[in-house]
Amino acid sequence: MLRKITLLAATLGLLLGAAAAPALANTAEEPANVHWDFEGPFGRYGKAENQAQLQRGYKVYREVCSSCHSMKLVSFRNLGDPGGPFWNPKYKNPNDNPVVKAIAADYQVDDIDTDTGDTTKRPGIPADRFPSPFANDYAAKASNGGANPPDMSLLARAREGQGRYIFSILMGYENPPAGVTLNPGQHYNKYMAGGVIAMPPPLKAGQVTYDDGTPSSLEQEAMDVSAFLMWAADPHADDRKNTGIAVLIYLLLFSGLLYLAYRQVWKNESH
Amino acid sequence: MSGHSTYEPKNAFSKWLDARLPVTRLVWDSFVDYPTPRNLNYWWTFGGILTLCLGIQILTGIVLAMHYQVGGATAFNSVEHIMRDVRHGWLIRNIHATGASMFFIAVYIHMLRGLYYGSFKPPREVLWLLGCLIYGIMMATAFMGYVLPWGQMSFWGAKVITNLLGVFPGVGQSITTWLWGGYGVDDPTLNRFFSLHYLLPFVIAGVVVLHIWALHVVGQNNPTGVDPKSKADTLPFTPYATAKDAFAMSLFLIVFAVFVFFLPDAMGHADNNIPANPLQTPPHIVPEWYFLPFYAILRAIPDKLMGALAMFGAIGCLFALPWLDTSKVRSMRYRPTAKICFVIFMVVCIILGFCGANKPDDQVIPGLAGFMLLDANANSWVWLSRIGTFYYFLYFLVITPMLGLTETPLPVPETIASPVVANAEKKG
Repeated sequence: MLRKITLLAATLGLLLGAAAAPALANTAEEPANVHWDFEGPFGRYGKAENQAQLQRGYKVYREVCSSCHSMKLVSFRNLGDPGGPFWNPKYKNPNDNPVVKAIAADYQVDDIDTDTGDTTKRPGIPADRFPSPFANDYAAKASNGGANPPDMSLLARAREGQGRYIFSILMGYENPPAGVTLNPGQHYNKYMAGGVIAMPPPLKAGQVTYDDGTPSSLEQEAMDVSAFLMWAADPHADDRKNTGIAVLIYLLLFSGLLYLAYRQVWKNESH
Repeated sequence: MSGHSTYEPKNAFSKWLDARLPVTRLVWDSFVDYPTPRNLNYWWTFGGILTLCLGIQILTGIVLAMHYQVGGATAFNSVEHIMRDVRHGWLIRNIHATGASMFFIAVYIHMLRGLYYGSFKPPREVLWLLGCLIYGIMMATAFMGYVLPWGQMSFWGAKVITNLLGVFPGVGQSITTWLWGGYGVDDPTLNRFFSLHYLLPFVIAGVVVLHIWALHVVGQNNPTGVDPKSKADTLPFTPYATAKDAFAMSLFLIVFAVFVFFLPDAMGHADNNIPANPLQTPPHIVPEWYFLPFYAILRAIPDKLMGALAMFGAIGCLFALPWLDTSKVRSMRYRPTAKICFVIFMVVCIILGFCGANKPDDQVIPGLAGFMLLDANANSWVWLSRIGTFYYFLYFLVITPMLGLTETPLPVPETIASPVVANAEKKG
């Protein structure tokens, strides 16, 4: 028995070491320790109040972030997928979802007139991806003081701290401490590695008027838009966790049966 | 494969086939009747678990290759296409990415088991060498696989590791250029890495066949390290070992599933979710966790060439081990001093892993001022990795050869069955 415990402990130790090692690589200031209800093995984006948060977060993205940040990997139809901000069980096919259709139609997307070959604009459809605010990276840089606003599709998973990092950046603008001099177009943010960030403070209290009447404090806006970006970076999280619970229940039962079979086989053999 | 075959074809077809291609006889002799020591513990289940890992990686890899689009402009987005748009693509990709880490956890346990119980000693040297070869090809495969998503860590990791070969005098630069297929890591590099990443797992599978063949010729080692002497010492592989292996595999899959479904990002690095950008070096380039101890050894030595040689030498020690160990006793169960040195060795490997993950000049103990020692502060990861590297080589090159000559081992049991029977009587 003691040997079995040692085996288990050694395996867990190896696993924890493996999991902790990349996390240790981060030396920037620790992001604020905030939590969202949809996190963890039992949290779901699909829960009513979490979906409401995603809708508020989308509004912040649409009205604030999207004027500089692209979200190239996300399609309008994703908004209506299960777990998405505008999922509606009445419209299993998100392309039929009227909210999604309206959001898409609100954007003008590039197209080519097949009769003339000229480039044209047309209203978006759910199958389109989110159009980018700038024609290319150089245009984005030129309009933003030389710094390219990162694409937001995967942003929440591309930073140590994930959603917590985004929330912290939005909340972390301060006057620079003594000894830090900022050039024009630079700002001080205590959660940014090095403290200097090119993005001006994007959010302030009351910046967005929420449709559901939630008071739009700065913290509320930061929480909501971080939630939306976490969903955008990991849109199948609900499906993943649901499948995971089923798989684990199956494997636990299966392991129990295999253990009984093993005991039965070895019943009369000493070892 | 060794000894007399007990297979008896039961019906007309199996008799007909057995006279022409005795493949059922081979399977029967290797996986049913094959005698296994009766005292194998759970550490011995990792051979089967590793076969499972290889199978999972190949199956999920084949499906991923159906959707992946190799090329600097397409690779990153095609992986995201798999994660977002391919039905259950997130599942296949998470299994494959997590599977690489699980594969390495299993292989490290398997190797440490071999080290502890002396499974590399005569007559198992070739078996051990084939295992080391598999580990080497695994590292190459994993490294190239990590490049394929073409994120920041993919690109810069590839650049750092391939640049290592450039430090060899004279030919180094030419070899690097040849590997890259150009003057930098670019599309040609990615293309050939994809090609080799698809090829090498099948090479591994081939060497695994040789590994199992060699195993079945010399027979399995066991926790006592004593050779089986009679029928009382062994049990047929099926159902005894298969039942135990199946249970252990199922437990392993539970851990695997926890990572796939609930911690998919735990083993990865956030920077690899940023598309590769040759113009922007990430602030801190680190390889995957399973390379970190070797990465620490590389950086422990101030000279680049010597660092690279030390890193390859660290792996080379494993190949030389059967001829470095002078002890006549296989299992460390009966070698108290060797056991202590081995435990320290394991701890050192984990510490080296942390050294590899941290910036060399950062403080190990935060806030402790320390003092300058030669080129760096004594309270820095680089000095800790130097101590670790020293012990790593001390263990293989000094302790292992010397201890076998000087130590007095505990009494070793006559047969496998004797301690087993004694244990059973003690239990009541």
